[in-house]
Amino acid sequence: MDFQLSEERQMLADMLNRFVRDEYPIDVRHKAAEMEGGFDPAMWAQMAELGAVGALIPAEAGGFGGMGEDIAVVFEALGRGIVVEPFLSTGVLGATALVGAGKDDLLEEVVAGGKMLALAHTEADSRYEMSRVSCKAEGGKISGQKSVVLNGATADMLIVSARSSGDIDDEAGIDLYLVDAKADGVSIRSYGTVEGGHAADITFDGAAGEKLPGGYALLEKVLGAGVLALCAEALGAMEVCKDLTLDYLKTRKQFGVNLGKFQALQHRMVEVTIAIEQARSITMLAAGQFEADRLTRERSLSAAKNLTSRVARLVSEETIQLHGGIAMTWEYSAPHFAKRLTMIDHMLGDEDFHLYRFQSLEGAA
Amino acid sequence: MDLNYTAEEEAFRQEVRTFLQDNLRPSLAEKVRDAKRLTREDLEEWHNLLNSKGWLAWHWPEEHGGTNWTPVEAHIFHEESVYANAPRIVPFGPNMLAPVLIKFGTEEQKAHYLPKILTSEHWWCQGYSEPGSGSDLASLKTEAVRDGDEWVINGQKTWTTLGHIADHIFVLARTSKEGKPQEGISFFLVPMDQPGIEVRPIITLDGEHEVNEVFLTDVRIPAENIVGEENKGWTLAKYLLMYERTGIAGVANSKLALDGLKAASAKMRSSGRPMSEDPLFSARMAKVDIDLMAMEVFNLRVVAAAGGGAAGGVESSMLKIKGTEIRQELTDLSRRVYGPHALPFVPEYFDEGWNEEPVGPAGAMKQARSYFNNRKITIYGGSNEIQKNIISKAGLGL
Ligand SMILES: Cc1cc2nc3c(=O)[nH]c(=O)nc-3n(C[C@H](O)[C@H](O)[C@H](O)COP(=O)(O)OP(=O)(O)OC[C@H]3O[C@@H](n4cnc5c(N)ncnc54)[C@H](O)[C@@H]3O)c2cc1C
Repeated sequence: MDFQLSEERQMLADMLNRFVRDEYPIDVRHKAAEMEGGFDPAMWAQMAELGAVGALIPAEAGGFGGMGEDIAVVFEALGRGIVVEPFLSTGVLGATALVGAGKDDLLEEVVAGGKMLALAHTEADSRYEMSRVSCKAEGGKISGQKSVVLNGATADMLIVSARSSGDIDDEAGIDLYLVDAKADGVSIRSYGTVEGGHAADITFDGAAGEKLPGGYALLEKVLGAGVLALCAEALGAMEVCKDLTLDYLKTRKQFGVNLGKFQALQHRMVEVTIAIEQARSITMLAAGQFEADRLTRERSLSAAKNLTSRVARLVSEETIQLHGGIAMTWEYSAPHFAKRLTMIDHMLGDEDFHLYRFQSLEGAA
Repeated sequence: MDLNYTAEEEAFRQEVRTFLQDNLRPSLAEKVRDAKRLTREDLEEWHNLLNSKGWLAWHWPEEHGGTNWTPVEAHIFHEESVYANAPRIVPFGPNMLAPVLIKFGTEEQKAHYLPKILTSEHWWCQGYSEPGSGSDLASLKTEAVRDGDEWVINGQKTWTTLGHIADHIFVLARTSKEGKPQEGISFFLVPMDQPGIEVRPIITLDGEHEVNEVFLTDVRIPAENIVGEENKGWTLAKYLLMYERTGIAGVANSKLALDGLKAASAKMRSSGRPMSEDPLFSARMAKVDIDLMAMEVFNLRVVAAAGGGAAGGVESSMLKIKGTEIRQELTDLSRRVYGPHALPFVPEYFDEGWNEEPVGPAGAMKQARSYFNNRKITIYGGSNEIQKNIISKAGLGL
């Protein structure tokens, strides 16, 4: 076994970490989040130029990465800045669908930062269920509603899950469709999300869609890539939370000593540290098995999301509590990391969803 | 032992319920239900309504306008108010300062200040914490120096809840540097509408303005605005905190939150069944339900033993810890139940008069915000860690 990153990936990680540290402090993040659309297009272009998008896409498709480990490296770095630019929507969810469907021409534009994508999958009543799709596809026309489409309002192209046959939660009959966001029959209501992101509710009323080959299996691959990205992002955010909290415990004085002198707090910080190591380990496993057979891949992805969710809750709550009042303020950075960690649990399946899924995949093994 | 409500208690519940039905403005109750932002006018309206009925200062002695309710009656009153979606009683005047004045104040102070708390002529805030003095409150640096028949106060307070809508602040300030830090603190009553007082907002992690920094520069107050003896303010400060902690336990609020959660879990679906039938989720709901059932009895037991509006020191600490843990668990489940619909957040939704269609299912949009905002309850009123220190020292002799 070898737990080291390859030299290229280490360089990528170092470069992105440096960029996030130097160019993406919390006030830059807030400014980007407040822009119309919820991110800074110039920042996106700059990061695409650095290769952060290309690293998420395989060489055959015009990028220079695209493996589980690439996703993990990029997203851990993005998590350290809780970057709001649409890497998840465009670079992972959208791009994975296009890669799987062989849409190389579009991908070229994506890698260059010129095209934005979004995955329109969640529906009002689907919660996190992957195959509960009621959106209809009939003769290349899409009809139905999608909810909480991350970065849905700024996407040029939407990847929409829709059903041409089968019952509401059948896997068979589901396909992904490529829909121009400006096409007739697409209406979009956009809004912010509580942790500083952007999403949209989208109604399709007979909008023209191009069916992507791959069926449900492609959707599963897309969602899996997203899960991996979120776990890695959470890891980066957790590391920042831990560093900030530790630093604070070592400098904030009450009762004449640093807070870190109180054993009750020491032990809690130790719990946080151990938990983050667990989260890192399971995310490495999921990244390493991302190219494995379906069952192995999906099982470790669900394990990673479940454990990451549990650790994220611990880390975010302890980050705020161990800081005291200062972490209740907007001005300080730590609470924004804590908020992101919390809301990651509301994306692509929460702790319970992935526990059930892990169990059912176990049963299938 | 009899854990049932008596006929008189049931009749009292009916009386409270009817009063609220007849008098609480429905649009105000709606604002509270939907977690919209409340103005000082909203809060005053509620205070005034209660005062008109003689219920605002329910735990004060009768001579000052109290009700002489039993602890069970007080519990019923709280429960009914919360269930009717009434605003909370803003505690700083009626529930924090008043008990201190009643126990430690001069006759003149009682006669002057207590009626003005009742009529909302004075609106108080709490000037305890400082940037360098949170848990270690006794280390506070704000200083009061006697100058003729005045006190001159200099320093900075922080985290002052609702300081921006208050006109008076009670301030702990250092009057001596001799001896132990606790022994040089005094308790002052300070009008805020005067030169030398500057209130600056602190925006909290949920983007709201609820707390403030208060700067005091050469603020002059008359000599008689000290409560209790000079350098003996620490006793008053701690007495007040028992009232504060008992209030934070929030049993009635938790019961309402649990009801809301149950309703949401019956509506929201997962795998083709309601969340209330999801094994993991319903188990967590059942556990917090059980915790809350016990907590309610715990709270009544303790309050019954103590009488009045506050439990004793160690008991109030225990109630604060358990009560806040339950409240936080409920806010956690209440955002989870909505799944992806907990993400959307439209800040304008929380303004009165925002009439657009909410995003997602009704009730979803306020949940994550409430979860984040309620992180504060294990921090303020003396953090839960500090309560544990108190219990282990004073309660267990460790
Ligand atoms: C929303 C909000 C509203 C507030 N409203 C008011 C108000 O109206 N008026 C007012 O005066 N104050 C108010 N406060 C202040 C509140 O009382 C303080 O935040 C609280 O006392 C904690 O102090 P601190 O924030 O400085 O944290 P610190 O005291 O610095 O504590 C940081 C962490 O260390 C822990 N810790 C500290 N000492 C020990 C120890 N000995 N052993 C173990 N752990 C320890 C704490 O529990 C906490 O987890 C408010 C605070 C908040 C967040």
